[in-house]
Amino acid sequence: MTDSPQDDLILAEGARVAPIEALKDKGPMAPPRSKWRDVWEQFRKHKGAMMGAFFLFFITFGVLIGPYLWTLDPQALDIRNKDMRPIYTALWNSEAKVGWNHPLGSDQLGRDNLSQLIAGGRASMAVGWAAMLLSLLIGTGVGVMAGYFKKLDGPLMRLTDLFLSLPILPLLLVAVTLFRQPLRANFGPEGGMFILIVTVVGITSWMPTARIVRGDVLAIKEREFVLAARSIGTQPFKIIKRHLLPNVLSPIMVSATLGLATAIITESALSFLGVGFPSDFPTWGKMLADAVARMEDFPERVLLPGVAISLTVLGVNYLGDGLRDALDPRIRGR
Amino acid sequence: MLTYAIRRLVLSVPTLLFISFVIFMLLQLAPGDPMAQVPLTVPPEVKQKMREALGVGEPALVQYWKWLVQVFWTEPKVFIDWLTRDSFLLGWLPDTNLYQGELRVISWQTRSPVMDIVLQRIPQTLWVVGLSYVVGVLIALPIGIYSAYRQYSTFDQAGTFVTMVGFSIPPFFTGPLLIVIFSVYLGWFPSIYDTTHVVNDWESFKYQLSQMIMPVMVLALQTTAQLSRYMRASMLDNLNQDYVRTARAKGLSEAVVVMVHVLRNSMIPVITVIALGVPAIFGGAIITENVFKVNGIGQLLITALFANDLPMVMTLTFIFAFLIVMFNLIADILYGLLDPRIRYD
Repeated sequence: MTDSPQDDLILAEGARVAPIEALKDKGPMAPPRSKWRDVWEQFRKHKGAMMGAFFLFFITFGVLIGPYLWTLDPQALDIRNKDMRPIYTALWNSEAKVGWNHPLGSDQLGRDNLSQLIAGGRASMAVGWAAMLLSLLIGTGVGVMAGYFKKLDGPLMRLTDLFLSLPILPLLLVAVTLFRQPLRANFGPEGGMFILIVTVVGITSWMPTARIVRGDVLAIKEREFVLAARSIGTQPFKIIKRHLLPNVLSPIMVSATLGLATAIITESALSFLGVGFPSDFPTWGKMLADAVARMEDFPERVLLPGVAISLTVLGVNYLGDGLRDALDPRIRGR
Repeated sequence: MLTYAIRRLVLSVPTLLFISFVIFMLLQLAPGDPMAQVPLTVPPEVKQKMREALGVGEPALVQYWKWLVQVFWTEPKVFIDWLTRDSFLLGWLPDTNLYQGELRVISWQTRSPVMDIVLQRIPQTLWVVGLSYVVGVLIALPIGIYSAYRQYSTFDQAGTFVTMVGFSIPPFFTGPLLIVIFSVYLGWFPSIYDTTHVVNDWESFKYQLSQMIMPVMVLALQTTAQLSRYMRASMLDNLNQDYVRTARAKGLSEAVVVMVHVLRNSMIPVITVIALGVPAIFGGAIITENVFKVNGIGQLLITALFANDLPMVMTLTFIFAFLIVMFNLIADILYGLLDPRIRYD
C-alpha cells in the first residue's frame, strides 16, 4: 500500500510509468508551519520582548510562590528591628543596621520590606490582571457588537467617544473616594477596595480596544469566508465566535499588554495619592507613598517599590512591542 | 469645513451636558455629608438649616439645574463684567454691569466662588504644566525625526529605549527620585515649588528657574516619550513614499527633502496628537503637582475631594471634560485643515 489510491491503481495494473524527471520532487517538502510557530519565531528575535516576557513571568511567579519561600508576615510589627537598612548597605557603610533576618531592611514600624514587596506585588499584579481582563471583555464586546451589528454601531461608538472625553484620572479619584465606604462595609476593607479599583479601572480603559476591534471586525465581516458561513445559515453569534474572534485575536492581545501596564500604573497612582487600599495593606504604590516622607534617610524604601513598578511596566510594554511585531503578518518573516 | 466645524460645535453641547449630568449624578450618590465636620453639639434642626443653606436639601434635578444656570449663565456674566471693567484688552469698553449679585457656584470649603479659586490656581498650572508640554514637544520632535531618518542606528535604538523607559516609569517615581538625587544629595534645586515667589531681579529669576526645572522635566519626560514615538512612526511612513524619491531624483539637498518635504507631511498626524495631549496633561499633572507641592488645579481637585467639597469637584471635573471635548474638536479640525486629502463634508 502506498499513500494515494492512484498509486495503488497503477501498482495493481503492474505497468508502472516512470515520472518525468523535471516533475519529480527533489526531496521531502518542508512540513507545513502553523501560524503560532511563525509568531513565536518572530517574537524570539525581539530581544527586548523576550526579556520583558521573562521579567513579567519572573515577577508573577515570584509574587505567587514568594510568600511560601519567605514566610515572614508583611504586616507583623517587629519594633525592635525597625528602620533596618538593606543588607547590601553593609558594603560601604559598616555601621549600618543590617541583618539577614530582614534582607531588604524594615520600615519605621519594623515590617519586613521583602515580604511587603512580595505582598504588594501580589496586590498590584492581581489588580492589574483583573482590571485588564475586565477592560478587554468590555472592549471586545463593544467592539464586536459595534462592528458586526450595523444598528448598534452608531450608539455604541457615540458611547465610546463619550467615555473617551471623560477626564479619567479625576473621575477615578472621585469614584474611589465616593464609593469606598459602602463597598468596604459589604466586602471587607481589602475585598471592597479590590472590587472598586478593578471596576473603575476596567470601566475607564476599554475604549481603545473597542475602537481597534470594531475597525478589524468591519473589515473581516466583508470577507468571503464570513459570507460563506452566513450563506450556510450560521447564526450571528456562531459567526462571531468561530470566524471573527479568532481573527481579531492579535490586536486584542496587543491591547491586553498595554492595558496591563496602564492598570498597574493606575493602581499605584491611586495608592500613591492615598485613595487606594487600606493603610495596613501593602501595595507598591502605597509603599512608595509612605516612604517619600523619609526618603532622605532611607532612599531604598522609595527605590525598591518604584523600581519594581517601573521594571514590571517596562517589561509589559516591551512584551507588547514584541507581540505587535510578531503578530503583524507584514513584518513577520522579514 | 466650516459647516463641519459648526456641526461639531453644536454636537459638543449635548455631549458636555450629558457628561456634566453623569458627573453630577455620580456625586449625588456620594455618601459624604458636608455637615460631617460640624461639631456634634450643634442641634440637628440647625444642621438641617445649614444643609439647606448649602443647597443640599432640594431634589437632585433641581440642584443640577441650578448648577447649570450658575455655570452657564451667571459665571459668563461675571466674566464679561470683568472683561469690560478690569481687563487690559477690553477695559476701554463701558462697564456692562451684567452681574446683579446672583448666587455663584460656592465652594463648601472656603464659602467663596469656585471660579475665583480656579482663576487663582490656573497660573501655576499653566506655568509648570504648559512649559513642560512645550519643552517635551521641543525635545520629542528632533529625536523622532532623527531616529526615523537613521532607522535601526545606535541613536534610534537608544532613543527607543529611552522613550520606552519614559513611557513606563510613572511620575510618582521619577518625582521622588529626582528629589532624592538633586535636592537631597546634590542640593541643586529646592524640592518644593514656592508659589509665593516673586520674580523681580536676576537672582529671583534664577531661583524661579531652579524650582521649576524638576517638575517640568518630570512632566516633559512623559510627553517626550509619547510624542517622539509618534513622530518616528509618522516619519517612517513618509520616508519610503514615492514623492521622496522624486524629490531626491530632481537633485534637492537631503536637508530640504527631509526637513521640508517629509517633515511637513509627517507633522499632520503629530500635530493632532499634540492637540489631543493638551487636556490630558491637565489631568495627568495631578500627581506631579502633588509630588512637588505645586498648588495648581490638580492639587485643588485632590484637596477638594478629600474635604468632600462637591461643588468644587463638580466644577473642576467639568472643566477637565470641557477641555477634552474642545481639544478633540480642535484636533479634528486641524487635521482637516492641514491635510487636503481629508474632507469631512
